[in-house]
Amino acid sequence: MIFDYETLKLAWWILIGVLLIGFAITDGFDMGACALLPLVAKTDDERRVVINTMAPHWDGNQVWFITAGGALFAAWPLVYAAAFSGLYWAMMLVLFALFMRPVGFDYRSKMDDPRWRNAWDWALVVGGAVPALVFGIAFGNLLQGVPFQYDELLRPSYHGSFFSLLNPFALLCGIISLTMLALHGATWIQMRTQDKVEERARSLAKRLAVLLMATFAIAGIWLAWSIEGYMIISLPEKGGAANPLLKEAIKASGAWLHNYAVQPATLIAPILAFVGAIAAGIFSHVRYTGLSFISSATAVTGVILTAGFSMFPFVMPSSLIPSHSLTLWDAASSAGTLMVMTWAAIIFVPIILGYTFWCYRAMWQKIGVRFIKENPHSLY
Amino acid sequence: MITEEVVDLSRLQFALTAMYHFLFVPLTIGLAFMLAIMESVYVMTGKQIYKDMTKFWGKLFGINFALGVTTGLTMEFQFGTNWSYYSHYVGDVFGAALAIEGLMAFFLESTFVGLFFFGWDRLSKVKHLMVTWLVALGSNFSALWILVANGWMQHPVGAEFNYETMRMEMTSFMDLVMNPVAQVKFVHTVSAGYVTAAIFVLSISAYFMLRGRDLAFARRSFAIASAFGLAASLSVILLGDESGYELGDVQKTKLAAIEAEWETHPAPASFTLFGIPNSETMTTDYAIKIPYALGLIATRSTTEEVKGIKDLIDEHEIRIRNGMKAYELLQTLRSGQTDAFTRAEFDRYKQDLGYGLLLKRYTEKVIDATDVQIQQAARDTIPPVGPLFWAFRIMVAAGFWMLLLFAVCFYYTAKRTAWQKPWLLKAALFTLPVPWIASEAGWFVAEFGRQPWAVGEILPTFTAVSVLTANQILSSLILFLVFYTVLAIIEIYLMQRFIRIGPSSLHTGRYHFEQAGATSSSTRVRA
Repeated sequence: MIFDYETLKLAWWILIGVLLIGFAITDGFDMGACALLPLVAKTDDERRVVINTMAPHWDGNQVWFITAGGALFAAWPLVYAAAFSGLYWAMMLVLFALFMRPVGFDYRSKMDDPRWRNAWDWALVVGGAVPALVFGIAFGNLLQGVPFQYDELLRPSYHGSFFSLLNPFALLCGIISLTMLALHGATWIQMRTQDKVEERARSLAKRLAVLLMATFAIAGIWLAWSIEGYMIISLPEKGGAANPLLKEAIKASGAWLHNYAVQPATLIAPILAFVGAIAAGIFSHVRYTGLSFISSATAVTGVILTAGFSMFPFVMPSSLIPSHSLTLWDAASSAGTLMVMTWAAIIFVPIILGYTFWCYRAMWQKIGVRFIKENPHSLY
Repeated sequence: MITEEVVDLSRLQFALTAMYHFLFVPLTIGLAFMLAIMESVYVMTGKQIYKDMTKFWGKLFGINFALGVTTGLTMEFQFGTNWSYYSHYVGDVFGAALAIEGLMAFFLESTFVGLFFFGWDRLSKVKHLMVTWLVALGSNFSALWILVANGWMQHPVGAEFNYETMRMEMTSFMDLVMNPVAQVKFVHTVSAGYVTAAIFVLSISAYFMLRGRDLAFARRSFAIASAFGLAASLSVILLGDESGYELGDVQKTKLAAIEAEWETHPAPASFTLFGIPNSETMTTDYAIKIPYALGLIATRSTTEEVKGIKDLIDEHEIRIRNGMKAYELLQTLRSGQTDAFTRAEFDRYKQDLGYGLLLKRYTEKVIDATDVQIQQAARDTIPPVGPLFWAFRIMVAAGFWMLLLFAVCFYYTAKRTAWQKPWLLKAALFTLPVPWIASEAGWFVAEFGRQPWAVGEILPTFTAVSVLTANQILSSLILFLVFYTVLAIIEIYLMQRFIRIGPSSLHTGRYHFEQAGATSSSTRVRA
């Protein structure tokens, strides 16, 4: 099976999207659930209920994030290089927040002292909420363009400050991202716990679904009315060597809606986001917890696809020199590497999905306070 | 603007976070394997004590694993945040190895590790055993891929520079994977991991025996550790990655520096057992030499010579001058003049382009370098000899010490008298830090010895950094120091706490602190 370079580039735009969505659906629910920890669980036993729904899975979930990062490095090295160095403090913030998770999960139950456990509870909240917020802020900035440029040897340099990332539109995107993962976490908790914890998660899920729809709608209107998008004026051959300095691109108002006009089928993305959120709320209300979780996963998928479809084929526009923007056509690695990576994905992704489902099935049960009390020493 | 300060701080931050990460990795790799062995014995014999062993050492494994995961995140971020030109320049090759590591190894290890801890009551015996083996397999796979990536930095094969994209691009995935440097590194590093875990189990078991408690548990652990450790330490030493030192210019230079081999001597070269290398005079004072040994170790022959530092510098000066031509041709190509002649000329010189880039440290334009700058850059190609000379000897001495310890422990274990020999148990206990000293010294040799290159002969470290200010890196470096110190304190506290309680922490009622008469506040600890 041999693909031409242009097809491979497009395939990796899709595959990076799949990995991001995979990350948001799996790691997203445990980040969301951790962010909601103090709201859904008041006592130590209740918190252990919530934590133990995730205990066997959080580490595997996190690998979606790590692999998405690795795939970005391999498939879009220019994006990995420019985004991680440009958004230095945002990345460090995510990193230091993520530090809290493995130790929070693993060390919390090692001692009985309430101060010790309380401290780790807050570490888990930070480890869940901060990355969720910052990822949204990062996407908010990508939609507006990032002030970076290249020199003649293709070395990227960033010319903004950390605080310029915290602009109102980006903050709104941060709130959307946090809300969406919190909703997803709430439907997870509702599905896997019992009694009071389940009820609190249910009431939160309903409210978060409404909040997600509202913020997502506001962002859509804002994007349509006053966020300038980017547009390619001239592009060398799509199947040519990846060099971001050869094309011409400009800022243009309304450009991010252009794809939806050309390909109305792409409207499915924002529709999925709304339908998923509504369904998550309704199914929570009628206590169809499994369907509610699937619905929040649908909403997550819709939101991420909306960002991707709006920007296509841009990945990281440059607000400084729009022609230096990174697109899927000129930020990719070589045809040979994309081919190797495609094979790796074809072979391993189905295997990973297979054993991940097996693991979830093996550990599947509703957990309540009684379960914690019956197993005081073998749980988190 | 890239300054020396930015480069030094970036290197310091990377070295600190990578070496800190590697405090946890070898124990994970080795202990996962030992847990799988212990559990296999449990499944085959049905003896509960082996299940308890798997669970107790698994508990310590978990404490260590959490920090391995935590600090591993930093590594994933840092290539992009602090080494963005590196990421751009070699992501096509290096990134692929990392991504496959994620797909093939991390998913396996991390998905099943949760079932290892929480699946005891929900899986059948055999299924749980399979889960444990998959965790061990996953952690060993991850070592394979990260060492394929690292081996490529030492000896870049299967890739070629493309002037259109200004980066290295993969030409052969098979060459990348089959890189002999990567292969020897893999075997050496995972064996070192097994040794680390074996010492860990050996030494803590010795502690229980010295305290005279949980003897049945401790003796069995001690026996497994001494057998596993003996095999592993033989493997580390016999398959030491010296065999990789004949490959590639950077490895040759590293070898010369490790051995303080200033001159090229006729084959076979002698091995300097001890001495004080002097970089000023380029001699080694008070040298004690073993004839023939170096030639045999490094080239596996008595006829091939081991090249000395002075000759290497002369060779590198020529390559730097060729590199200037390559750089000039590259600029011509990038300006759009891509006729057949220019391309052919560039192809002639491009294997020396990296050497040309060494001059970036002294002159931005490269092609206007003076003779003095060229000579300075040529001297830069030799990493500081003293630290490498000593770090290597520390590693080797630690390796032989552990081999000896395992051999003696194994001998007395086989005679069933090891537990009556307090001197042996004390020696085992005090050896606890030694594998970490050896691993860190080994990494120092491998990576410091690679300098001044980020990727050997291709990309100088100086050129590889991100465009950041010194203050940005200094601030993040301080934050890393603070976070990592706090995490280290917590980790060591938990480790020693559970080691002191021992298998009683499993709350089975079968062990020391839960037996009648034992009074200790430790039993209150929940695990």
